[in-house]
Amino acid sequence: MEALKLAGLQREDVGSVVATGFGRRSVSFAGSIKTEISCHSTGCHYYYPEEITVIDIGGQDNKVVKLNASGRKTSFKMNRKCAAGTGAFLEEMAYKLDVPMSELEGLARKSATGTELGSFCTVFTATEVLDRIRGGEQLEDIIRGLFNSVAKRILEMDRLTGRVIISGGVVAHNPIVAEIISERAGVNVEIAPHPQEMGAFGAALYAAESQTIQHQEDNQLSVARR
Amino acid sequence: MSEKKLLRKRIEASKQLNDLMRDYFYRMDRVSKGEEEGKIAWCTSVGPAELLSAFGFQIHYPENHGAMLGSTRLAMEYIPVANAMGYSPEICSYLTSDVGSYLKGETPLSKAYPGIESVPRPDVLAYNTNQCRDVREWLEYYAKEFDVPVVGINPPHGMAEVLPGHIDDVVQQLKDLIPTLEKASGETFDIDRFRESMRLSRECSELWGDVLGLAQNVPSPWTFFDGCIHMGPAVCLRATQEPIDYYRALKEELEQRVADGVAAVEGEHLRIYWEGMPIWGKLRALSEQFSELNACVVVSTYCNSWIFSAFDETRPFESMAQAYTELFINRSEPHKQTHMERMVREYKVDGIVFHDAKTCPNNSNSRYGMPQRLEEELGIPTLVIDADLNDLRMYSEETTRTNIEAFIEQLEENK
Ligand code: SF4
Repeated sequence: MEALKLAGLQREDVGSVVATGFGRRSVSFAGSIKTEISCHSTGCHYYYPEEITVIDIGGQDNKVVKLNASGRKTSFKMNRKCAAGTGAFLEEMAYKLDVPMSELEGLARKSATGTELGSFCTVFTATEVLDRIRGGEQLEDIIRGLFNSVAKRILEMDRLTGRVIISGGVVAHNPIVAEIISERAGVNVEIAPHPQEMGAFGAALYAAESQTIQHQEDNQLSVARR
Repeated sequence: MSEKKLLRKRIEASKQLNDLMRDYFYRMDRVSKGEEEGKIAWCTSVGPAELLSAFGFQIHYPENHGAMLGSTRLAMEYIPVANAMGYSPEICSYLTSDVGSYLKGETPLSKAYPGIESVPRPDVLAYNTNQCRDVREWLEYYAKEFDVPVVGINPPHGMAEVLPGHIDDVVQQLKDLIPTLEKASGETFDIDRFRESMRLSRECSELWGDVLGLAQNVPSPWTFFDGCIHMGPAVCLRATQEPIDYYRALKEELEQRVADGVAAVEGEHLRIYWEGMPIWGKLRALSEQFSELNACVVVSTYCNSWIFSAFDETRPFESMAQAYTELFINRSEPHKQTHMERMVREYKVDGIVFHDAKTCPNNSNSRYGMPQRLEEELGIPTLVIDADLNDLRMYSEETTRTNIEAFIEQLEENK
């Protein structure tokens, strides 16, 4: 409803709805569903129609997807069971450090390299961070260390090949993550346009595609009936 | 959104399967209670069952009990009990489920088969570490608990090729079991009885291989998930006549499906290889998800593990040593890869799902670069699911569903 209002459209104006994301099966008005893995990929392929690796850092999970030049997935990886290295991890740490999420990026930029945190686990990292604070480390260094940790989790998932594009909510608010991944992997990592909405954009592309196919079928049908 | 109504195609022989398993459990229960003559042996799933059978033992398989605890999800009540007494959450969750259920004095058998209060009491325990060391620890624990002897085979591991020296070693170990088994059973070893149980087991194994092989047909008449249920007799009753009759009936039914072009998964569009252990507590949900996505899981390393091609009653010790040492799980990484490549071709597989089971590294083959190598060699996509056979604390429903769905989307793009 909100989206329709913003776009100045009525429900009847929408020809096809594709739902994506974790709640995709609960969207009662959707005509079909697609995973966010496919949607992020399709969205990124639209802007970069060549061989790419898409990194998506979301609230609950991370994905690394490889696409060939025609936009087909050749492989994908999702983070393992826990939320280490995702938006949820940053949120939890910001809360523990009593720093608003919106200030993380600015503070991290004040640090040259940041601290290195060893643990996979969000809870253990929190303990480690407390220890660093007690040890007199600067808040900026610790926060940059959190972003380092996010980058490490991504780089463990798969090799980065082809042109590397990053999307998702975390990078939309913290572009520093793309820079850290770039530095550590020794490759150029580009932030996709409107990174946070890339999944929705990809879903819209699927919806548009299904409309085109429908139109083609309708046309063929009318030709055949003639 | 339109929800597709799912019809799981029922296998008619299931009724016979249920009767067979019921009779098996009640028979063991009667023997255990002293209502019927006999002795009970506990044996690991790829342990020396034929030798035990030659002594007339009724055989209980703790792993089968473990799988029951997994599929009924009772495992989740029992694993923590074993964890608390020092059995780590990182070791085999069949073991922890089974030991936990023992400590609580409960079993899913009681609910399935009224009158059975516990698993049968063992007179002897026999393992083979061809699959993992966990089985040894597991049976050694029970040997203390029940104060009965435990015997075992510790074969060489990780071979590219099984050589005569390996066989000699295992043959000797098998022969060394005899005095203990004679004492526990009260019977003298009889080579002809041993030959007979090898013959029965060979026939059973051949038929089991045949029914699994029917999934090479397109469309496949049955799925890996069906196989996980119908494998019961091939594991638990393999040195007896009953499973032979049963698999003949099942084979006939499935052959009829093939002749009629009946697909287990309606509109089968994709064919999948399942590598690794089943996720017992989610078997049904996963089976339905794959069906919904028109994907049929046609082959698995797991179900194929009970095909013992080497069995030969004319050379009972040697062929038994061969069969139980050359198992997939006991082999080198390159050997495993070659085997999988052959399966992928024979079953016309579109993609491979690796189940990385947290508590069973032995049956998780994604950990040393196998998916990447297979992708390169065969040009087909792979997916790794992080979960577990029994411990659902290691399982994320939504992540697994999304991974599978995205994998199918990927396969569809490439079809
Ligand atoms: S092979 Fe795996 S599942 Fe089987 S008993 Fe050993 S650890 Fe457990």
